[in-house]
Amino acid sequence: MAETSAQPAHVHAPPEGFIRKYIFSLDHKVIGKQYYALALVAVFSGMFLSWLMRIHLVWPEAKIPGLQLLSKVGAPGGIMTPEYYLSLLTMHGTLMVFFVLTNAPFAAFGNYFLPIQIGAEDMAFPRFNMMSFWTTFAAWVVLMLAFVIPDGPPIAGWTEYTPLSAIGKDAGPGMAWGASCWGVSIALFCAGSLLGALNFIATTLDLRAKGMTLMRMPLCTWAWFITSCIALLAFAVLLPACILLILDRHAGTSFFVPSGIVASDRLQPHSGGSPLLWQHLFWFFGHPEVYIAILPSMGIVSHILINSMRKPLLSAKVVIYSMMSIGFLSYMVWGHHMFLSGMNPMSALAFSFPTLTITIPATILTLVWLGSLYGANLQINSASLFALGFISMFVAGGVSGFFLAQPSIDILLHATYFVVGHFHMVMGVASLFGVFAGTYFWFPKMTGRFMNETLGKLHFWITFVGTYCIFMPFHYLGLVGNVRRYQSFVDDFMAPYIPVHKFITIAALITGAGQLIFLYNLIHSRVWGKPAPENPWNATSLEWTIPSPPPWNNFGDRHPVVYHDPYQYGVKGSAGDFVMQDSPEVIASGD
Amino acid sequence: MGGHRRGAMGKILAVVLVIIALASAYPILKNQYPLAEDISTHGHLIDEQLHDTMIEAGISFVGAQLVLAFFVWSFSGRKPGSALKNFPGGARVLVIFAFVIVGIEVLALGAFGQKAWANVYFTPARADSLQIQAQAEQFAFYFRYAGPDGKFGMIHPEKIDEGNQNYFGLDPENDVAARDDIVSGELVIPVNREIHLMLHGKDVGHSFYVRELRIQQDFVPGLDLSVHFTATKTGKYEIVCTQLCGLGHYNMKAYLNVMSQADFDAWLKQQSQ
Amino acid sequence: MASTTAVATQAGKLSPALGRPGISAKSAERASRSGIWVGIFAITMSFMAFSSALFVRQGSLDWGHLVLPPILYLNTLVLLASSGTFELSRRHLELVGGGRLRSSEMGMIWLTVTLALGIGFCVGQYLAWQNLRAQGIYLATNPNSSFFYVLTFIHVLHVIGGISAFVYLLGRLLVSHGSLRRTFFENTAIYWHFMGVLWVYLLLLCRMKL
Repeated sequence: MAETSAQPAHVHAPPEGFIRKYIFSLDHKVIGKQYYALALVAVFSGMFLSWLMRIHLVWPEAKIPGLQLLSKVGAPGGIMTPEYYLSLLTMHGTLMVFFVLTNAPFAAFGNYFLPIQIGAEDMAFPRFNMMSFWTTFAAWVVLMLAFVIPDGPPIAGWTEYTPLSAIGKDAGPGMAWGASCWGVSIALFCAGSLLGALNFIATTLDLRAKGMTLMRMPLCTWAWFITSCIALLAFAVLLPACILLILDRHAGTSFFVPSGIVASDRLQPHSGGSPLLWQHLFWFFGHPEVYIAILPSMGIVSHILINSMRKPLLSAKVVIYSMMSIGFLSYMVWGHHMFLSGMNPMSALAFSFPTLTITIPATILTLVWLGSLYGANLQINSASLFALGFISMFVAGGVSGFFLAQPSIDILLHATYFVVGHFHMVMGVASLFGVFAGTYFWFPKMTGRFMNETLGKLHFWITFVGTYCIFMPFHYLGLVGNVRRYQSFVDDFMAPYIPVHKFITIAALITGAGQLIFLYNLIHSRVWGKPAPENPWNATSLEWTIPSPPPWNNFGDRHPVVYHDPYQYGVKGSAGDFVMQDSPEVIASGD
Repeated sequence: MGGHRRGAMGKILAVVLVIIALASAYPILKNQYPLAEDISTHGHLIDEQLHDTMIEAGISFVGAQLVLAFFVWSFSGRKPGSALKNFPGGARVLVIFAFVIVGIEVLALGAFGQKAWANVYFTPARADSLQIQAQAEQFAFYFRYAGPDGKFGMIHPEKIDEGNQNYFGLDPENDVAARDDIVSGELVIPVNREIHLMLHGKDVGHSFYVRELRIQQDFVPGLDLSVHFTATKTGKYEIVCTQLCGLGHYNMKAYLNVMSQADFDAWLKQQSQ
Repeated sequence: MASTTAVATQAGKLSPALGRPGISAKSAERASRSGIWVGIFAITMSFMAFSSALFVRQGSLDWGHLVLPPILYLNTLVLLASSGTFELSRRHLELVGGGRLRSSEMGMIWLTVTLALGIGFCVGQYLAWQNLRAQGIYLATNPNSSFFYVLTFIHVLHVIGGISAFVYLLGRLLVSHGSLRRTFFENTAIYWHFMGVLWVYLLLLCRMKL
């Protein structure tokens, strides 16, 4: 793992022309921003879909003005059909998990900051990098196509279980071409992600600046690196799964569909396939995917928290090893999504134990964050608020995992709102909090301007309280047996709990509106934000040693040299209570 | 970069965290969302397991939020130049705590939780259990009883005819065993008798869930799956489908009707006619 | 547009035709080597996923029977031979300055033979599919044939990817005074040999699952 020796400066001229600069750019920073922009579009559309879903759940007969414009067939006269609810549900999940939670914390921020934080001038393979973004973009276009085709988007959920997703139009609306759009889109997404992961790994291993040993990399770089290792294996399995699904749908094969299936009064022309095979392949990807969603935010939050606390974490090494063990264990637990699926009941126990074991590194991380707060000099701003909120949300979402990890309790809680509450909090909201924190923290670096602090804090409070109001009740609803993926609640026992759903819907709409504050802040500050200096947070890692925004070649003519770990805070530096990572200032404690 | 008064926002966050922690715990402590009544023989094991887990999860959750709140309160908005301190014992103490305390607690949950799971899945159905076949299809459940001959007729998918109510694709003309099979839209069972429910999926994936029975099991087309259980109380209970199966998923339900043995025998006799 | 003339500001020169902004030659070399191994790892993982799907699926009664077209064995020899000729070409390449390689005529001959063998492999695979189709065995005939077609097709796609790189490699060497980055040659060789190893694995897998 050697670092390069000091090399002469680059020779390539800066990119010229609008297309080269902003569209088909090789610059990792532009590509990072492109991923961020795509994630923004995806998150707001995904959120919009969730509003429609929440409104429909509590007022199923309601006429939503304009909805018929989105789909004449799905919402005639503005009244949502049951199948359209499922279409929106499927697209919401797909957009959020893939195009938001994989793109924003990992591809967007990782692309932008990983090379800078290790002292490199760009990623190892800038052309592959550009290809990876545009492949991801193409994946998004194909997915959106599902909205405009006549039959509409698929109704099988983001998990697209077979045979429902494999037998074609006899399965229901949206399952003719909509599901094919999904399959092709996700296959493309896999290809884009594989290229991206490859880039991150090669860059981290080989392009580190002099003095930048692996252990001296910032924690967010570590998180991106570990995430790319996970992503490499996970997407490499989902891609074949999607290919086999597409073949079952269109080429008459029977990988996932057994014989004797009668749907829509038609005996399906398949035989011998295994629905469980799809589940195994999907969840072998799917579980590591949720760690792909959360690990980068863990790294980003650690990075920001250290800066806000003005002291390093109790042990960066422990954090790194914990993240590594989470990555490793993530490949051993996929069966916990399948406890009741009909697979061998013995294997349920085999999957349960590693699932419970993941609690250990997750607890270590939480305790290190908490323990590091002790005796700190915590600065409160929008970024650190979201970082602290992350810890709260991660714990809240994580402890419900204790329940679901046990097969016997899963008998009660599987496919109920308990699960939905669990993954929204621990993966959806927590991960997004990392993205928000990163945005407020790095916006000055990326644009040379501050985001508005007052609006940022307002955004935090609405989001923090709002998401608790939305998702905490989900757990209670799950306990009483509220089944998920229902477009309305016709069960006798659900009647007393409709008011809870109404409360959740109102909370969701208000919290959603709060995100518009963030969007406004983002756009307004980009143009009219208060100008920011090179190092507004008195931070120490390499991104704070270059201008805001950075030049196209990051470090200009120099090649940074690094002398110690990136978290020299709480020391007597010449500039204050910190020493930059590229400063040869000698300090009492080494790295 | 802080609140208007130094440290105000940090203190507010601390207070909000405490409120959130307590507000979240309150409905659980007050049992405002009770589990459905348990009418099964094995359910109490699950319920106990849930209860134990709730205590551990609750302590972890509330504890962590309170610690976070306390530290944010104490260590934000400090006077400039305040000394930094390190958590006594550093990371090592916390790692040991995580491994030993949390590790043991959580793995104990897993180890003790085996009992309930084993009870449902590791014991075979008793030889004298009543065999009933359940079929899940878009969007209904049907149940088949073997009838007086005690044998189930073969299923012929190509003979399935919803219009003529031949849901299972039976061939009574050629198949003797199928002639006396009883098909019902309701799962009628006698109380206190073990039921061996065989699950057959007709089209896509479905799932069988009765909250009061503490039973949930997927139907997998192509796989012969089954569950066994004993109901201990008469009454009507809802069966819901919990695996997304298409547009009618939300409305796919049936009823479990637990009767006394005498009533059940009478019902069965009536169906045979 | 930007020229790519190297400008030495300190000791050591940058290789001109890198085509990447600001990455020194040595790091680029190391990175591209990491890249090819990471890529191979990902491809292996994908084929492992296909393999596990195959193992699950072949347990079912309708797996079906398949006689492997005999031409497959010839194709195997052809592909392995191409790896051999690739290696043979090495001794006819010389290292010139800046980490670049130049080829003698003999080297070009071996390389061209390699390309021909590679293309021959692809043609041979196509003939194998034709052989099966003549017997009425198509993609959806039975699971056995499904996996055979899928695995061989996806493998050929990857071989074609390797051939494209190879065509570029040849092209750079063919022009007068043409030279090629050594790392590009090495990486192409690694990938090419991997295609052979992967094929042998797939052949054995298909044989075992007859």
